[in-house]
Amino acid sequence: MVKTMAQMASEGKTPEVLFWVGCAGSFDDRYKKVTLAFIEILNKLNIEFAVLGDEEACTGDPARRAGNEFMFQMQAMANIQTLDMYKVENIVTACPHCFNTLKNEYPELGGNYNVVHHSQYLQGLINDGRLKIEGGAFKGKKITFHDSCYLGRANGVYEAPREVINALDAELVEMKRCRTKGLCCGAGGAQMFKEPEKGNKDVNIERIEEALDTGAKVVAAGCPFCMTMLTDGVKNKEKESEVKVYDIAELIRDATKES
Amino acid sequence: MAQQIAFLLVFVVANVFAIRSAKRIWDDIHLGQPIDRTDQPAERFKRMLLIAFGQKKMFKRPIPALLHLFVYLGFFIVNIELLEIVLDGLFGTHRMFQDSLGGLYPALINFFEFFAVAVLVSCVIFLIRRNVVKVPRFEKPEMTSWPKLDANLILVFEIALMFFLLSMNATDTLLHNSEGFFFSNMLTPLYAGMSPEALHIAERVFWWSHIIGVFFFANYVFYSKHLHIFLAFPNTYFSNLNPMGKMVNMDAVTNEVKLAMGMQGDSNMVPPERFGAKDITDLTRKQLLDAYACTECGRCTDNCPANMTGKKLSPRKIMMDTRDRMEDLGKAKRENGKDHHDGKFLMGDYISEEEINACTTCNACVEACPVNIDPLSIILDLRRYKIMEESKAPAEWNMMFQNIETSFSPWKFPPSDRGKWMNDMNS
Repeated sequence: MVKTMAQMASEGKTPEVLFWVGCAGSFDDRYKKVTLAFIEILNKLNIEFAVLGDEEACTGDPARRAGNEFMFQMQAMANIQTLDMYKVENIVTACPHCFNTLKNEYPELGGNYNVVHHSQYLQGLINDGRLKIEGGAFKGKKITFHDSCYLGRANGVYEAPREVINALDAELVEMKRCRTKGLCCGAGGAQMFKEPEKGNKDVNIERIEEALDTGAKVVAAGCPFCMTMLTDGVKNKEKESEVKVYDIAELIRDATKES
Repeated sequence: MAQQIAFLLVFVVANVFAIRSAKRIWDDIHLGQPIDRTDQPAERFKRMLLIAFGQKKMFKRPIPALLHLFVYLGFFIVNIELLEIVLDGLFGTHRMFQDSLGGLYPALINFFEFFAVAVLVSCVIFLIRRNVVKVPRFEKPEMTSWPKLDANLILVFEIALMFFLLSMNATDTLLHNSEGFFFSNMLTPLYAGMSPEALHIAERVFWWSHIIGVFFFANYVFYSKHLHIFLAFPNTYFSNLNPMGKMVNMDAVTNEVKLAMGMQGDSNMVPPERFGAKDITDLTRKQLLDAYACTECGRCTDNCPANMTGKKLSPRKIMMDTRDRMEDLGKAKRENGKDHHDGKFLMGDYISEEEINACTTCNACVEACPVNIDPLSIILDLRRYKIMEESKAPAEWNMMFQNIETSFSPWKFPPSDRGKWMNDMNS
């Protein structure tokens, strides 16, 4: 079950947290599954949350990174109007680009919210004892985590997703370049929306080679763009039958499924 | 007496030239826009202490970090001896502090000599890394003949200076039949057969070579990539203290957007001459300081995902181009008056669209820089100019902009479908 802020408002209720779904979470077939996985977890724990639905709009991140400051600020102002109309205080999002923009760039335009990435939110739920992982579907399995630039270097969030993976009792194996040295998937800075410039290799291929070198059969991510790039990388290496790319919310959901 | 006068002359000339060069650098940096980075002084001081003094970020690569640490400490420590050398030069004395310091004196000189040897050995290893091993980051296309020669010259200078210093001590030891010092005593066999007169001349030659070399080097740095020895300190002090992911807000745009959306804005606010950066005069003084603080080590480029996959972008080249442009424009203005413009621009004449369009804004370059240089901020300001002033973007980006404008998503989906995933779930 999922409700919009408008529905909540008509019922006179204020949710605990707004789930900012993001464009990829709303439209991209692969990432819609991540949206659903995260919602499953929220519902299971009876967390009162809402989404904006049709009232959500692009945060403006790709426009700003491409250089279109006017478009970014138009988007931001419109979103701030919507968020303030519903008196939103807490936001969780499964997209590091939305996370970075909402958290760091909206305050200067008048939008002040407590914004967390879903890895931090899940970590909080685990630490509070609200989220218990008993299924153990990933127990002892090798999982490698790909740091998204906008979560890691951009905001210094390195441990939250790792703690979530550790809560699965899985064996977290690091790639050669991880944490502050993590290698980009190739999609940031609005590269997601254009062909790469001329070169001799695609960045996601370079990255997936590192991921495959760890021997992990699960590559965990926390970003819709990374998800696309890594999945394409696995396909390019014709490893899609053995190696899977999952979002950390999907891992939590799948681990707790049987219980 | 003649030597004293000669020394005074050299000393004054060296200082006058150095001050003139420092003024040139200062003026060049002030071609940029003012920026206030004086908040949170305690935090800024801490960063300077850790990153510039403590070289924290260098130690991500321990071997070059250790060698660099020797050269860095050597620079500070050996230069303490410079005090005595300069005073000796001015007053015509010989080892002025020897008597008053007593037993401490040889201990101090031994300590200095240890670092002199460490600098010498480190510089030899650095030369080998650059010219024999050919460490890949020193071999990128932007490392043309001058940057390579510049780097080698600095290393050769330092080796020569240390050799002069040690030889000066060695010949002095022989000349005065004294006990000498631990490291320079290893050099005494080289000069052992010389007559007292020849030794005296040799000692003077080494003394003069060393001090003139030091003065020359102090002036050379202003024309080389080596300014980081001074500028690393202000550069880390004036670091960006925001999360790396945060882009600088353009307040002039905010004002226009507010007015366009019927919100309260300042209708008297004058829009800037230009949105984004076309030339170095549009960049901030911190961005220009960054360019002078860059010593072309290439850690940024080595960690750049675009560069490592063969794209034209190199963050180091962005910094080198910014510095070259700043020097060119500064020179043109000094020669032809400050209102002169040479008709060239950083964007286009120095940096191409292909370079800035390859950036994934991943911040790996910013993270990698040992002195907190931010090439990404320059790339993003150039992009802002391209899009907002020239409306020049890759066709796919224009599509993306259009999609955001019409359907509030970078992909072309009807906005009414945004909540469609909920139907699948709620049904």
